[in-house]
Amino acid sequence: MKISYYPGCTLKNNAKNFEDSTLCSLKRLEVEAEELERWNCCGTVFSLATDDLIHHVAPIRNLIRVKETNTNRVMTLCAMCFNTLKRANERVKSDPESLDKINEFMYREEVKYEGDVKVLHLLELLRDEIKFENIAKKVVKPLGNLKIANYYGCLLVRPKEIGLDDVENPTVLENLMTALGADAIDFPYKTECCASTRLSINLKTWLKEHTTSLPRLNPRALSLYL
Amino acid sequence: MRINISKRKIKDPFVTKVEEISGQNLLACYQCGKCSAGCPAVSEMDILPNQIIRYAQLGFKDELIRSKSIWICASCFTCNARCPKGINIAEVIEAIRQILLRKREDHLKIEKLSDADKEDVPPIAIISSMRKFTS
Repeated sequence: MKISYYPGCTLKNNAKNFEDSTLCSLKRLEVEAEELERWNCCGTVFSLATDDLIHHVAPIRNLIRVKETNTNRVMTLCAMCFNTLKRANERVKSDPESLDKINEFMYREEVKYEGDVKVLHLLELLRDEIKFENIAKKVVKPLGNLKIANYYGCLLVRPKEIGLDDVENPTVLENLMTALGADAIDFPYKTECCASTRLSINLKTWLKEHTTSLPRLNPRALSLYL
Repeated sequence: MRINISKRKIKDPFVTKVEEISGQNLLACYQCGKCSAGCPAVSEMDILPNQIIRYAQLGFKDELIRSKSIWICASCFTCNARCPKGINIAEVIEAIRQILLRKREDHLKIEKLSDADKEDVPPIAIISSMRKFTS
């Protein structure tokens, strides 16, 4: 199976290990993830203002890049990229007037965007197409007694319209971990906010304040999210 | 605390602006408080999410634009997911931020970030906070 792959900035920097391990595992599962030849910022943070079309240009331009590869779907690994690309896609699909304006703005693009690309997260590909039982068959070294708290954060599951699993109690990661032989423990804070958008205001005070005042913001959740 | 409610405040263009930018009907809120009950950041807030909606309905512009809460909200959408009236509270808070940001009143001074912090923080966190807290 071949699929277009959109990495985004962080997968090429702090989360390079996530990209490397994913691409390596996908190869074992006979999935060829082809990185887009050209891509730009995903648009980072879906714009919540109704009158702010300019911030949907970046994600839509990326979806044009996908169309240029003659495929109609793209896979992301980063939760932020997934959320921004998918929400911008849904926004223009439900509002043809906005789509026209965005296409007009990008008049130099040879391909017009028509809302015809599907945005997928890696977890959806593993769950719906490869299927966990097939992954389980290929496990070489089961995760044994590892107890794993699975953390989703906000962007993979919210808002409900674009989330990849149940909005309050997603289980896709737990099911994947079980397939890999680990013990997925119940983690009540799995969809709590990690506050990453606030990290750079003051990393140290933010971490200090919030690791004490908000027990859900533990470093483990943070590292899994990012 | 004494609160003065007036027709003048309620009819302030600020209320219409918040509704326009957010695309939400503020009067749909019946103050059940579910948004504040689920919000992971209330311990840091001076005005709670349900109060933000109430203040916005009543045109309490000064209180809202001076509040710490609008910058504490990280838009995690827990409130939106749980509102029984389908109000997107995060969008309302974004609208209040936008009213300030569109006057170039940035909340984040990226130049003040130390090089060490910039190295520690993943690019996505720096870019997303620039997107949320600068004009």
